[in-house]
Amino acid sequence: MKIARQAMPEQDATQRSGNFTEVNLGFTEQMALLEAQRCIQCKEPKCVQGCPVMVNIPRFLQFIVEGDLPGAARSLFGDNALPAVTGRVCPQETQCEVQCVRGLKAKPVAIGYLERFVADWARAHQGVVTLEAAAPTGKKVAIVGGGPAGLTAAGELVKRGHEVTIYEALHKPGGVLVYGIPEFRLPKQIVEEEVARLVQAGVKIENNVVIGRTYTLPELRAQFDAVFIANGAGLPVFMNVPGENLKGVYSANEYLTRVNLMEAYELGSDTPIMRARRVAVVGGGNVAMDAVRTAKRLGAERAILVYRRSRAEMPARVEEIHHADAEGVDFENLVAPLAIIGNATKWVTGLKCQRMELGEPDASGRRSPVAIAGSEFVLECDAVVVAIGTRANPLLTATCPDLKLNRWGNIEVTDNGMTSIPGIFAGGDIVRGAATVILAMGDGKRSAQAIDAYLRGGF
Amino acid sequence: MHLITARVQLSPNVTRLDVSVPRIADIRQPGQFVIVRRANGAERIPLTIADADPINGTITLVIQAVGKSTRELVALAPGDAIQDISGPLGHPTEMITAGRAVCVGGGVGTAVVHPIAQGLHQRGVDVTSIIGGRSQEWVIFEQELRRLGRVVVCTDDGSYGRKGFVTDATREVLEAGGVDIVYAVGPVPMMRAVADLTRPYGVHTIVSLNPVMVDGTGMCGGCRVDVGGQTKFACVEGPEFDGHLVDFDLLAERLGTYREFEQQAATTCEAGSCRRAAEHAPQPPAI
Repeated sequence: MKIARQAMPEQDATQRSGNFTEVNLGFTEQMALLEAQRCIQCKEPKCVQGCPVMVNIPRFLQFIVEGDLPGAARSLFGDNALPAVTGRVCPQETQCEVQCVRGLKAKPVAIGYLERFVADWARAHQGVVTLEAAAPTGKKVAIVGGGPAGLTAAGELVKRGHEVTIYEALHKPGGVLVYGIPEFRLPKQIVEEEVARLVQAGVKIENNVVIGRTYTLPELRAQFDAVFIANGAGLPVFMNVPGENLKGVYSANEYLTRVNLMEAYELGSDTPIMRARRVAVVGGGNVAMDAVRTAKRLGAERAILVYRRSRAEMPARVEEIHHADAEGVDFENLVAPLAIIGNATKWVTGLKCQRMELGEPDASGRRSPVAIAGSEFVLECDAVVVAIGTRANPLLTATCPDLKLNRWGNIEVTDNGMTSIPGIFAGGDIVRGAATVILAMGDGKRSAQAIDAYLRGGF
Repeated sequence: MHLITARVQLSPNVTRLDVSVPRIADIRQPGQFVIVRRANGAERIPLTIADADPINGTITLVIQAVGKSTRELVALAPGDAIQDISGPLGHPTEMITAGRAVCVGGGVGTAVVHPIAQGLHQRGVDVTSIIGGRSQEWVIFEQELRRLGRVVVCTDDGSYGRKGFVTDATREVLEAGGVDIVYAVGPVPMMRAVADLTRPYGVHTIVSLNPVMVDGTGMCGGCRVDVGGQTKFACVEGPEFDGHLVDFDLLAERLGTYREFEQQAATTCEAGSCRRAAEHAPQPPAI
């Protein structure tokens, strides 16, 4: 029997480039069954090793094959707190799927699509998977930040009987899942459901609390038995080129936050967003893809991705690049911005760029871009979105000089996730620098286990 | 939810709201602000904390109704509630602890100057407040500031206090000498004018900036301002800066980013329907 890898059904590219509803439509039960049968149930499954949260992949796939979807759901949710999220946004092609032995001769099993299928099945069948708090231990844990790391840790800790309070700086929990990743890739409804599950299990969420301002870290530590810092890498990096403060220049954080968290894409939102005719997005990662595809959906005639290396070096997921391509995004590869040009009233009118060619590999192993002399040109645009990364926000760490940081301002932790202050743990982007949702979740899961051990005196 | 405990109309378009936020009332310091989101779907807007009552757990917000969001806020009455308030944000005001300070407040900026004058007064600094408005009915916080030192009131039409701008009175005080520091808060042209005035006298001048902001925690970078040739995020590195180093032209331009959107939103709102269509979003000029 030879079954080909099932393709993900998706919304028509032309149609979807004008709306914010989800691009991928999800497997049918029949497709899921066929795809799950492609798993050969390795004795020592490498795919599990590739997963930052160590989901027992063959086990939940076997449940699908047996037609036991409740079993599949319980198995999956037991390993991964947010499978409906990771099934959509994880870079499976570089994690679990790249390890799949099926991939040696043909295409790997579509683990991500199956994860999403099972998670969505569970969402449609409420009550099959429940998050139950264990008997109270009497220990209290504060979590700083309601993003992927914080939500995951909260679930793990409440399961172990600890009293958990999440302090979220914004008016809604979810972190990058609600302010950064657009609706067409991750519907907000999913994040709301996950948060509701945590709340039902007893997790307290305090919105609008900025640790570092509303409370300092030492104040928080004094009130709780342990603290987990997962406040992300929030500070946007700009290019440091002339014209960056012109009107129409956004950080990707601002552009996406206005559209996602503040719902500027919907009629009736009070938050304005500039609906530019030509938008240039600078960067080549997933955030850049999200921004440029958002610009297209907001009605831009040209949504242009400006990246200084070639498509092969882009850090974005291949699927995102393909989706952007199909939706009509223009790629200006091997192009580096030199300056942003504006008119007399300080509105952006163009991006002055330079063509590049690839030279020797740099420290990251990717071939580094080298400027081609005399290749300067102006890309006409009326908005520029800078999506070249973020760095650690010093708001919290500045109120706690005892907390050991590295030279980039990220918090230093030991192998078990504890910081230089006993009882204070940290994970996610504030430790790693800008990384992925799943790595943050992995940190949340491991830190929760370490916090549990710490609270039980097992350190 | 944060209950509104009092509402006072201070001038034709400036309203004072006292809102219950015990934690912020307890720890706020002069110069700090909050981000307010009235209800679901509403904008997040930054507002400086004009005063606080730690015993009753309230903070005072002074709001000038200019756009849809601020109009909806000032339409709230005691007993109504504001859904989200986060803070206190920004750095507290850099205070001198002895000597003589001049606090210049223009329009709604007078309310922002008030906590600064309060803090200075508590530290034993001699405070002169110079405040102004178009005419008498636009002058706010006069009584509160009188409790903290001398007050010079200026009105454009001379209907109250002395006739003229706050800058005229500031010039005279600087001429007389003995001023250690000037704090100026108000419309951008006023802050620029005060900074230009004090520069030749070499008097340190602090201004409070209120650029476009979304999160208020350094995440969006929308509030960037140019201070001494360096880009700063007003929300986390400000909101107060050395007035002699601020690029006021850039600030004024950036504040106008959403002017068209705001006006259209306000017009639609006034027309009785707050529904807004996509075409109301700001359109940049044609290239």
